[in-house]
Order: sequence, then C-alpha cells, then structure tokens
Amino acid sequence: MALSGLDIFKLLPKTNCGDCGIPTCMAFAMKLAQKKAELSECPHASEEAKATLGAASEPPIRLVKIGGANAFEAGDETVMFRHEKTFFHPAGIAIELRTSEGEEKLQTKIKEVEDYKVERVGEELSADLFFITHDSKDEKDFLRTINLVKQNSSKGIVLDCSDKDTLKDGIELLKEERPAVLLQEEISDEDIELAKNYNVSLILTAQSFEGLEGQVEKARSAGVNDLMLNLKCQNIGHQLQHNTIIRRSALKKSYKPFGYPLFSYINAENEMDVLASASVLLCKYDSIIVLPHVDKAMLYSLLTLRQNIYTDPQKPIQVDPKVYQIGEPTPESPVFVTTNFSLTYFIVSGEIENSGISAHLVVADTEGQSVLTAWAAGKFVGEKIAKFIKDIELEKQVKTRKIVIPGFASQISGDLEENLPGWEVIVGCQEASDIPSFVKNVKLT
Amino acid sequence: MTFEIPRETNAGKVMEVTIGATPEQGGTRSKTVTIGGSTALPFHFFEGKHPHKPVVAMEVFDRVPAKYPDVLREYYSNVIDKPADMAKKCVDEYGAEMISIRLEGTHPEKGNKSVEEAAEIVKQVLESVNVPIIVTGHSHFEKINEVIKKVCEVTAGENCLINYVETDNYKTIAASCLAYKHILVAQTPIDVNLAKQLNILLTDMNFPLEKIVMDPLTGTLGYGLEYTYSIMERIRSDGLAGDKMLAFPMLINPGYESFRIKETRAPEQDYPEWGNLEMRGAYWEIATTMSLLVAGAELIIMYHPKAVEVVKEKIGESYDSKKGK
Repeated sequence: MALSGLDIFKLLPKTNCGDCGIPTCMAFAMKLAQKKAELSECPHASEEAKATLGAASEPPIRLVKIGGANAFEAGDETVMFRHEKTFFHPAGIAIELRTSEGEEKLQTKIKEVEDYKVERVGEELSADLFFITHDSKDEKDFLRTINLVKQNSSKGIVLDCSDKDTLKDGIELLKEERPAVLLQEEISDEDIELAKNYNVSLILTAQSFEGLEGQVEKARSAGVNDLMLNLKCQNIGHQLQHNTIIRRSALKKSYKPFGYPLFSYINAENEMDVLASASVLLCKYDSIIVLPHVDKAMLYSLLTLRQNIYTDPQKPIQVDPKVYQIGEPTPESPVFVTTNFSLTYFIVSGEIENSGISAHLVVADTEGQSVLTAWAAGKFVGEKIAKFIKDIELEKQVKTRKIVIPGFASQISGDLEENLPGWEVIVGCQEASDIPSFVKNVKLT
Repeated sequence: MTFEIPRETNAGKVMEVTIGATPEQGGTRSKTVTIGGSTALPFHFFEGKHPHKPVVAMEVFDRVPAKYPDVLREYYSNVIDKPADMAKKCVDEYGAEMISIRLEGTHPEKGNKSVEEAAEIVKQVLESVNVPIIVTGHSHFEKINEVIKKVCEVTAGENCLINYVETDNYKTIAASCLAYKHILVAQTPIDVNLAKQLNILLTDMNFPLEKIVMDPLTGTLGYGLEYTYSIMERIRSDGLAGDKMLAFPMLINPGYESFRIKETRAPEQDYPEWGNLEMRGAYWEIATTMSLLVAGAELIIMYHPKAVEVVKEKIGESYDSKKGK
C-alpha cells in the first residue's frame, strides 16, 4: 500500500540537512510520497527506511513477462475501474494449439494467427500468445509443435504439459523465449526447480482461494515470483466475482499472495460462447485469455473490445486528419468537415453513410477533441480549417465549392468563408443523427 | 497473513421497477417483469443481493429500417413487416422476455405514419404476445409527443415502458405517462451529471421513482463503448453509494446500435480481416452486451436471435448458481 508523506517522514533522519537537495526532511518526504523523488537521494537513509519504502514501492500486482525480445507484459495494474485512471497492460489473447492436431493443421493455424492483423483507429490489433496443450501421447508431437511456433512466430508461448520430463525437454527448446508454464496440478518442488533453472513464469491452478494462496506462498518462499493465477470457476458470473476479489485483495488490502496477473482458459463449445465469456473476463481483470478455437470475425470483435476497454480515458483516440471518402464520391460529391476525435469521426461518417449519399469528409486536426470542445478551445476555427483545406489541396480533389460545417460550430461560418475565398459555407445539423434528414432537405452542392 | 474476502457493502440500492400488468393489476400481460433491486455491483453475489436477473427484450418495427441487414432478415423473412407476428416469433422461438416496438415510421421523414396507425400497431403487438411491452420512439419531438400521447392512452393499464424522453423534450411525454400510469425511460448522452439532472427534473414533476429507467445512451463496440461502459460503472457506483437520483435500473440498445454500423454490414471481400459476415453482427452484439452487463445494464434490447440465446444463457447460469461465498 502506498505510504503517506507523514509515514515516510517518520522513517527519515529528521535532521533537515539538505543533502538531498531539498531543505527539509518533511518536504523530501512529500516528494517521495508523490513519487517525485527517490530515497537514494538521501545519503543518510536507514536500512529500515530502505526496506519499508522498497516494499511499499513494489507494485501491488506484479508485472510478468512472457517471451523474448518483444515480451508480452501482464499485470502491474493499479485500479479497479478504468475511470479511476486507466488499465495499463492490455489482456493477452492466446490461441490454443493441440499437439494431437497434426503437423499440417498446426502449421495452417499458426500461419493464420501469425498473419492476422487488423487496423483500427491507427492501431494494429492482433493476438499475442500461443497456448500449447500437449494432448498426444508422443513427446515428439510436443517438441515439433514448439519448434513450429518458434520458427514461424515471435509471439509468446504458454505450455501445458502434465509429463514433467516432456515439459522439460520442451522448455529446453525455448531458452531464449521465456515461456510460461501452466500447472494444472498443485505446484511441486520439481516445478519450483524448473522455474528457477529455466527462468520461466508459472501459472498456478486451484479450485479455491485457500488452495491458491497456499501454492503462491510455497512458490514465493522458494524465491519464485514470476507467477500468474488460474482459479477454476463454474460459470462466468462466478469467475467475475473471483477475479474481483483477487484484484481487490491485491490493490486495496495489499494482500501479496494475490498480487499477480490472472489467467483463464475458456472452456466453451462454440465461438459465441467463447466470446461472451471472454468479453466479461476482458473487462474484469484477466491478463491472459486462452481461446480454444477462433474465427476472424470473433477475434476482430474481441480485439476491438480490448482496444475500447484499455483506452486511456484521459486521452481520446484520434483519427488521422485527412479527407475520408464516404461511399464512392466523385469530384461533384458534397464536402463535410468535422474534427478528428475518433468517436466524432465514426458517428459522422456512419450517419453520412446511412443517409445513402457519397461524400468527402474533411477531418481536421483538433488533437482528438470533439466539435464543441475543439471550437471552444480555438482548435476548430475558420483560419485553421481553411489552412488545412489548402494544405491538403482539397480544391484539386473536388469540383464543388460548398462545405458543410457542424451545427455546433455555426459561429465559425463567416470566419471560414473569409479565409477560404470562393467557398460557400453551409451550417449543418447539430446532431450527427440528423444528417440523413439534413442531406435530404438542403442542397449541398 | 490469512486471507479474508474483502467485502464492500453499500448504503444504497438500485430502484426496483416492475413493467407490465396482469389482468388482476389492470392489464393483459400473463406476467410482469421486474428489474433492479441490486445492492452491489453487477454479479457481485458475494457482497450483496441481486433479486432480479437482467432482462433481454427484442425489437420489432412499424416500418422495416432501410438498412436492416440481410443476416437478420433471414431469421424473420415472412414476418419482418408484420410487427405483431414478428413479436410472436421473438417471444415463442427466440426467447424474448419483452418486446420493444420501434415507431420510427412515424418520423415525418421516415414514413410519417399517423398517430392512429402507431397506436393500432402497438395494440396489435399487445394482442399477439403476453410479455410486457416497450414503446420506442425517435427524436422528432413534435411528432413523437403526439404519438406517445396516443399510445399511452390506448395502452392505459398495461404499465408499458415508454422509451424515451430527453432533457429537451420530457414534459409532454412524462405527463402522458403520469396520466396513464406508464414507466419512462430517461435518456441522456453518456454523461453522469446530465443523467442525474434529467432524473431530478422528472421527480420535480412528481414522477414516481419506481417508474424511471435510465438510458445512458449505448455506444456500441468500436463506437464509444468505452464511454458508455465507464459512465454506466460510475452511475451504478454512485447509485449504490446512496445517490438516489442515479439509482435507477439501466437500459441499453446493443441491437439497434450494432446493426447500423459498417462492421456488421460490409462483406468479407471488402474487409478480409473482419471475417465472415454471417456471424459478425451477432459477435458485435454479444461483446457489446456482455461488457455493458458487467457495467450495470439491467434491460437489454437485442436484435440477433443467436446473440440473445447466448446472452440469456450466460445471465442464467450466473444467476442460477449464485455461488459467491
């Protein structure tokens, strides 16, 4: 738990020597509490102060990395609700590979997942990990699957193999890849040896809080700290509660045994079922979600949800400022202008599409602000829009010399006409939902 | 350190709202639907009570929307333009627990159907199904005020959910609901304070607290879902903390909002990475609904029959076991 300035002050020498560069110990303590200074700046800090502050600055949920160079990162979250700050490390989507599936099928699947990339608001979305389940009898299948992933993908790997010798041989192949290992059975001394020798993360499985707690304590006391938690549940509502209890224990009660990222394997019959559960777990605290099967449309929905939930609430998503073609516009088609707040763009472009017309939509750079906010902040004004229209040479792309502005920005119309000689400004509707009726009733070109 | 489940109890409680009326209660429904009543965050059975399951409604139309997608038409082929028959199919075959009748066709620019026609359609739907009814309007104030006035009158006693009023247009419709004892949806654009303000305006008219449902406005997946999600979480947290003007059950529209965007209509040839169009809309609706359920939705108006099935199953299994210790 975070210490207050006063708590920290009590641990300091209280000599006001100023050696840290700050005149008083109290002021230095305040800076430490705000994380604007480091304890190492105080040359006289006691061992006790170092130990206490060190423990307090340890993140309440450990950051666990899976993979080599571009490792997937899970955990290190600080809030229960995204509106309190933000969620930092997007949940990893893992795709299951079964070693019994046969080389050809596996190869196709790996290629499909590896090639799957979809662009959304300037971000490239894709799956993050492979989850290898060893369900054939033959060790060769396990090793071959690992090699196939290793050769064809740089994504992180999670291994699930109950035979410890086989598992060890598999991990030998992944010395540079830093995989994670799912333990379905209670953690053993052998597992702890494995984690220590090969530097792999362990995913602990239990049926109850007490079972999980015991296993974490065992691992921690042996010095194994790169852990993830997998608490088995009967249904999705049950799991939401378990995940909440674990996250709350870690964040609000500083309960160290539960200060690790959460893992789930979704056991469900069809894609819709998988998606429904995955959606809940993505919102409520899972850091790795394993999908037993997948199709593109389902993956696209889930990745979009992840993008939405993990967007920083304080930083609006922006779209690129440029001219967007809605439908199949010709040089004669009408021209609309709006701001580059992603939501504004999505809604306006969607409603123009719904109206059935084709148009050119000029999206001006307002640093991601919506129309009213941008106008009030002086970012969506005649001069700036006119300059942008000249910079992108809109006059070479369209024949019309009329431009529709958002109704909420009606006050800029005179200013825009002045800065854009030869153009007529039409004040559009205030709400995007009125665009379909607006285009019917107003001559736009 | 021994482990103890960290429970948080709340001073407040979500208002319980009952929709519909049985013959004994002056209506014609075979049973009523109650939503709300929760004393904890969604699905948190371990620290509070959730006496009522979230409810799934499906929607029929007085006029088939021009862009109504083919993947949905397949499910309703011969009844799509017959709202009473479509309603029956939604209830009997697809498990709808309520029916919303969207009266978009009364909009002056979308068919301009008369007040009488709208009232007649609502009456027909009431006759064809015995679940409680939602009457869903549009944003053309002058027309919808007249339409709802008439609908409220002809459905007197049915305790319908009248969907919706907004801050710029609440008085006429709220007065009709008061006069004929219906329930009202208060819709505001994704904002905690505006939502609270509208609820205060309604209670200033002496609108009964147990007759208000909030619509915080649904941004579907990829179209502002994160805003709706967080606003709903904040509304629910504040309501549970004791703010009575935010402690009303919440309605969402994942069906309507999902099936009017490009992602549920564009063919796979144009966007190969978006995958198969056949199920994409259902996926979109499922992801939107499940995430907003977690944020506090109690009444969900859905479109895709397969999505309805999965969502109802997930709600059902979570509520039936109520295992949370």
